[in-house]
Amino acid sequence: MNWLGPQEWEAVALSLRVSFWATLAALPLGVLVAHALARWSFPGKQVLNGLVHLPLILPPVVTGYLLLLTFGTRGPVGGLLQDFGIVLAFRWTGAALAAGVMGFPLMVRAIRLSIEAVDPKLEQAAATLGASRAWVFTTVTLPLILPGIIAGSILGFAKAMGEFGATITFVSNIPGETRTVPSAIYAFLQVPGGEGSAMRLVIVSVVVAMGALLISEWLARRAANRVAGT
Amino acid sequence: MTLSVRIKHDLGRFALDVAFEAPPGLTVLYGRSGSGKTTVINAVAGLLTPDEGRIDVDGQTLLDRARGVNLPPHRRGLGYVFQEGRLFPHLSVRQNLKYGRWFRKTGRSSFDQVVDMLGIGALLERRPGALSGGEKQRVAIGRALLSDPAIILADEPLAALDEDRKAEILPYFERLRDEVSVPILYVSHSAAEVARLATTVVALQDGRVAGQGPAAEVLGDPMLTPLGARAAGAVLAATVAAHHEDGLSELDAGGVPLFLPRVPHAIGQPIRIRIAAQEVVLSRKRPEGLSALNILPGTIEQIRPGAGPGAIVSLATPAGRVLARVTQRSARAMGLEPGVTCHAIVKTVAIAPEDVGGMELSRQSR
Repeated sequence: MNWLGPQEWEAVALSLRVSFWATLAALPLGVLVAHALARWSFPGKQVLNGLVHLPLILPPVVTGYLLLLTFGTRGPVGGLLQDFGIVLAFRWTGAALAAGVMGFPLMVRAIRLSIEAVDPKLEQAAATLGASRAWVFTTVTLPLILPGIIAGSILGFAKAMGEFGATITFVSNIPGETRTVPSAIYAFLQVPGGEGSAMRLVIVSVVVAMGALLISEWLARRAANRVAGT
Repeated sequence: MTLSVRIKHDLGRFALDVAFEAPPGLTVLYGRSGSGKTTVINAVAGLLTPDEGRIDVDGQTLLDRARGVNLPPHRRGLGYVFQEGRLFPHLSVRQNLKYGRWFRKTGRSSFDQVVDMLGIGALLERRPGALSGGEKQRVAIGRALLSDPAIILADEPLAALDEDRKAEILPYFERLRDEVSVPILYVSHSAAEVARLATTVVALQDGRVAGQGPAAEVLGDPMLTPLGARAAGAVLAATVAAHHEDGLSELDAGGVPLFLPRVPHAIGQPIRIRIAAQEVVLSRKRPEGLSALNILPGTIEQIRPGAGPGAIVSLATPAGRVLARVTQRSARAMGLEPGVTCHAIVKTVAIAPEDVGGMELSRQSR
């Protein structure tokens, strides 16, 4: 990776780290919310659905500002976390939170679609064979929605790699801490002679995005074959 | 072990209100589509909660709305064979078969025995997607059986199969009935299936039990035709007396010889045959010079006029009760009425292979 300068390399590594943790942390919650939206009926379901989709519709800057208000050191949640020694504002963990929130709707949509495609009759069959609800989910539902989980994760990861507006609003653009690839490209374009660095990062972005897409297609096809039962 | 069911449930079109008992052996819930059969079996499985009622298996209460007892499906200890198999597509046949054992580790039934009985040994490593309809259903039966159920439920398990596959699966249910001690509750709207499989019949009509009892009694009752007169038919018990060289088998039904196209059962073996009411012709005198081989002398018990021009006549014969579907006009012309002696004539070829099944008609008689 000699053709990447140290600053550029730093941004790429940070972006990968932020996106990885954002996706990993969002995944269990994403599966839970998707399952709730697909299968459960409870009061306030439409409110939850709206909340989940909000980051998709709001301007990212607004989402970032709301995150700052909530998770900033003076915010209600941020203040509480600070008592436990956890600070999100202006840290890479905050960038991961912003990326996770922005990618969440895409992740939930993909997983929800795959849950809705699972025949509830198979889950009933598992129940009659002695499986409790939790076991039905782990042994039948989860394996059958694996393609959807993979697709949702890749979408979330790709969104996290490209997230800019909410990140820069919430955690600013600090080199080595919160300067992810999009922020870095933006920063390089603000200074004379930065076009070369920006172009290299653009190429990295394109390669990572394409790679993620190809891997997800391959994994999803394998999982789908498995689920098709042939 | 006995299953006892007493439930009420509002189905919109009508109110389901049934009470029946399923003793050991195979109990068929028999009725038209939409008569509430599947609702009943799903209530037993716990997949549906009826508005009112109580379901017990041998003293264990599965459901009692009055006391607020409602065990979830996974704690009812039942095995359910669904119409469409419902095998898990992501698991191999072996894993499907063993699925229930992860949760109920009693191990009463032997894996190898069940696999042998169902003839699925060669399929174990395959995926359900690579199985034929009949193979899937055999695996589904095995899966239910291996979960060590207290009761086996089967909801029209043959309805999705073609005639050849049905003929392939039916004998397995006969074996289940005869070799496995747990009660089987079997939903069906096929007269032939009921005649071959049922130990006990519960006839459902518009959400109510129109009649219940041993198969021969319910099927031979002219007042009970849950599927209409067209599907009526009595069931007779017989033993195989001889196989003749001209392709016929001779049966002994209470001393009356009956000739059938060759049956696969051995000489001396008890079998049951269904005689469809519309294949029976009645004659006051013993007919002569007739091509039909089977003539059963008897006495008329009951004549039930239908809504149309037909009537169903029940005839007590030495072989058992026979139902005949005749027109009301000929019943009048022949002077048919209860007490009159009469002969039932059945063409040999009118008894189809699917109307002939192995084993005794009723366990209670043993």
